[in-house]
Amino acid sequence: MQVPILKQGPYLIATIQAALTDSDILQLRDALVRQVERHRARGVIIDVTALDVLDSFATGTLRDIAQMIRLRGAETVIVGIQPDVALAMTQMGLVLEGVTTTLDLEEALEYFHRKLRLQTVDRR
Amino acid sequence: MNPPELASDVRVSIEAEADIVSARTRGRALAIQIGFSAARATLLATAISELARNILLYAGHGEVQLSVEENTARVGISVVARDKGPGIADLSQALQDGYSSSGRLGLGLPGVRRLMDSFEARSAAGEGTVVVAKMWLS
Repeated sequence: MQVPILKQGPYLIATIQAALTDSDILQLRDALVRQVERHRARGVIIDVTALDVLDSFATGTLRDIAQMIRLRGAETVIVGIQPDVALAMTQMGLVLEGVTTTLDLEEALEYFHRKLRLQTVDRR
Repeated sequence: MNPPELASDVRVSIEAEADIVSARTRGRALAIQIGFSAARATLLATAISELARNILLYAGHGEVQLSVEENTARVGISVVARDKGPGIADLSQALQDGYSSSGRLGLGLPGVRRLMDSFEARSAAGEGTVVVAKMWLS
């Protein structure tokens, strides 16, 4: 199942709509890294609200994505980790170190707006 | 009218990535069916996902068997992950956090052990691996 990636202003928004296989997640990683480059995106939002499991592979790949996007000069926000999923991740000892997370898409957009505005101010 | 028969024993053959998703989806359904909370069902589904991936990654193929386990005191789900792969030469090492012979973060087995109420693994080099893990309803 391919994950649709929408471009909205300086952001890319990937909304996962159903359970993903490991290859699907790797495909999402590659597509995001390519598109950040092509669209010169400043931020990437990955909405995982629909995922009912984030296991070690999915968590590791999300962390990889955030790191790769950062190396390309943009930032990733993971949106919508469900409470039960957060519990399972914590119990397993899985961490999303250095990756910003927000409750929903609106908060992620606010986070980016605030951040980009601050950067613009800094440059004056 | 008889109540609908409950599926109490499910075997999922693990041969491709999609089978990982299928195994954890069926495990969750079975758990919900016998009264697990959504939170506990998620812990179980996550553990099944790890066990099924280990089979695919290390053995190529195998089987995940999910069954309802019931005794006088309690009811729960038993997960048996079985493969005839190369086996794990050093099981106690594989159960340590941070260890992985595949080069990825080695949280598979220790993570499963933390998610489930009981955990038992048997393996020897050249003889495949069997993991039996259980989670009780309460």
